[in-house]
Amino acid sequence: MSDTNLTGVEKVYVYEAPVRLWHWINMLAIIVLGVTGYFIGNPLPTMSGEASDHYLMGTIRFLHFSAAYIFAIGFAGRIYWAFFGNHHARELFYVPIWRASWWQGFIDELKWYLFLKSEPAKHEGHNPMAQLAMFFMFVLGSILMIFTGFALYGEGTGPGSWANSLFGWVIPVFGQSQDVHSWHRLGLWIITVFVIAHVYVAIREDIMSRQSMVSTMISGWRYFKDKR
Amino acid sequence: MSSQVETFYEVMRRQGITRRSFLKYCSLTAAALGFGPAYANKIAHAMETKPRTPVIWLHGLECTCCSESFIRSAHPLAKDVVLSMISLDYDDTIMASAGHQAEAILEEIKEKYKGNYILAVEGNPPLNQDGMSCIIGGRPFSEQLKWMAEDAKAIISWGSCASWGCVQAAKPNPTQATPVHKFLGGGYDKPIIKVPGCPPIAEVMTGVITYMLTFDRIPELDRQGRPKMFYSQRIHDKCYRRPHFDAGQFVEEWDDEGARKGYCLYKVGCKGPTTYNACSTVRWNEGTSFPIQAGHGCIGCSEDGFWDKGSFYSRDTDMNAFGIEATADDIGKTAVGIVGAAAVAHAAMSAVKAAQKKGDK
Ligand code: HEM
Ligand code: SF4
Ligand code: SF4
Repeated sequence: MSDTNLTGVEKVYVYEAPVRLWHWINMLAIIVLGVTGYFIGNPLPTMSGEASDHYLMGTIRFLHFSAAYIFAIGFAGRIYWAFFGNHHARELFYVPIWRASWWQGFIDELKWYLFLKSEPAKHEGHNPMAQLAMFFMFVLGSILMIFTGFALYGEGTGPGSWANSLFGWVIPVFGQSQDVHSWHRLGLWIITVFVIAHVYVAIREDIMSRQSMVSTMISGWRYFKDKR
Repeated sequence: MSSQVETFYEVMRRQGITRRSFLKYCSLTAAALGFGPAYANKIAHAMETKPRTPVIWLHGLECTCCSESFIRSAHPLAKDVVLSMISLDYDDTIMASAGHQAEAILEEIKEKYKGNYILAVEGNPPLNQDGMSCIIGGRPFSEQLKWMAEDAKAIISWGSCASWGCVQAAKPNPTQATPVHKFLGGGYDKPIIKVPGCPPIAEVMTGVITYMLTFDRIPELDRQGRPKMFYSQRIHDKCYRRPHFDAGQFVEEWDDEGARKGYCLYKVGCKGPTTYNACSTVRWNEGTSFPIQAGHGCIGCSEDGFWDKGSFYSRDTDMNAFGIEATADDIGKTAVGIVGAAAVAHAAMSAVKAAQKKGDK
């Protein structure tokens, strides 16, 4: 988006260091959260022997909560960077549906994905379709997970704990505790669907589009494959 | 008027309770509420000097399990004393008077103790058919409830019916049974104390009412209006099977080795992790046992709408997300399957197109 004329441009600096660092830490946190979360909801087969010999669920939950702190603090930091970073740092947090050019780009991108166009447009930042998915599934999904997650966490740490004081109100908003669990559980799948689409599209774009993708999140530079 | 109003102590003596029993009751109450022995004197003093607060116990749409639970309080003394304090006034299940005489009592209390009586409600009012599904003394219960609520000092919502709606409010709720706080609405300005459970534990009920009568104040309530002293923790937080949960040792099927060894019931749907109640600490039937101790998971009876929350035997219960009625895992796995398949198909198509393009050149 905000595509100025990219004709003749070879490369653009898009992702600043904090964004890149956050992206990869966040990826690791989500992998840990997804796997441990799945096993909290569907625990592994029973261990034999004395209860005092094991702490499997305890360890899984500990990993989940540790990754949760990293995930949540990272998300907060990412929001901070949206204010102080370059304009690309803000793209994640809103979808400019009020702009005709955004819609035009969106339809363009849709056609490219439906094989109705032989060549995609160039984009400095996110393409409109990616922006839509990132906002609705990743940003809103993350907010859902952080609010429901810390509300559940606060149930364990109990009344008077910071998590309970700050996020306890979330429980009655969803109904009761079991509803919060169900939504948190559904969140795993929302994030998983996003991850599948995100990884597939990033790799495909890297190969088939006119610009770099994966390496951009490593070096920060967007390289364009042609000068048209 | 004040000279006619008896103290609790006078009432108890009149009911044939000896001073010795009275003092015993005071120390028992102090202990039950978690206070030190010194508090027994304070309680005794309060009951000797303070005019008693009348308790009106109304019954709406309900099964009387709350009353049944209440009269089985572990300590017979506590039960006798508390009953002697409240049955005097109005409780259509256990009071002596009947008919017009009984209804007259309500009128008298409402007038004489305006703003000063406690209204305990068991069950809830059904609102459909003009409230005809529950008629008390010739008029809908909803009317009686609204009328008595006007001048009450506080309301106790006994059980899940009064607190949340319970079974009669389960979908599709044909009589439109409505919990007390929703029926009275946001404009109602007296405190409503929810004591949920189906039924609530006897000691929790006597504990709450004793606290209110002896200290003449309402117990500290949580966000949902439940007394913190009994509802601030989940069953799971104090469950004696918790070490098996943390270890990852579960009952996988009802008759397996784990079931015999008393492993955690999480995988067979225990709602202990999502249920606020005192069962795992106070237990039931004079502290004998509670569902989990008997080998069955908690079904979450003290939680809002527990009848409509899907299976009692799975933690992955039905939910209504984006208009789809299914469990989170069912919705999620289907979505992942579709998106995964779409990605694979799209990748294949992309490869074909790319090859074509190369060929064209
Ligand atoms: C990408 C983000 C996350 C994913 C995919 C995820 C996934 C899950 C899943 C699938 C469960 C099992 C739900 C159930 O059946 O009860 C779970 C439980 C839980 N999660 Fe998360 N979660 C995420 C983020 C968080 C965050 C940010 C927190 C905040 C502390 C959190 C705290 C919890 C807690 C407290 C539980 C309940 C543990 C228990 O019942 O023992 N989660 N998570
Ligand atoms: S709260 Fe539930 S339990 Fe009490 S009388 Fe009602 S049906 Fe019975
Ligand atoms: S039996 Fe239920 S309440 Fe007890 S530890 Fe297991 S899940 Fe928690």
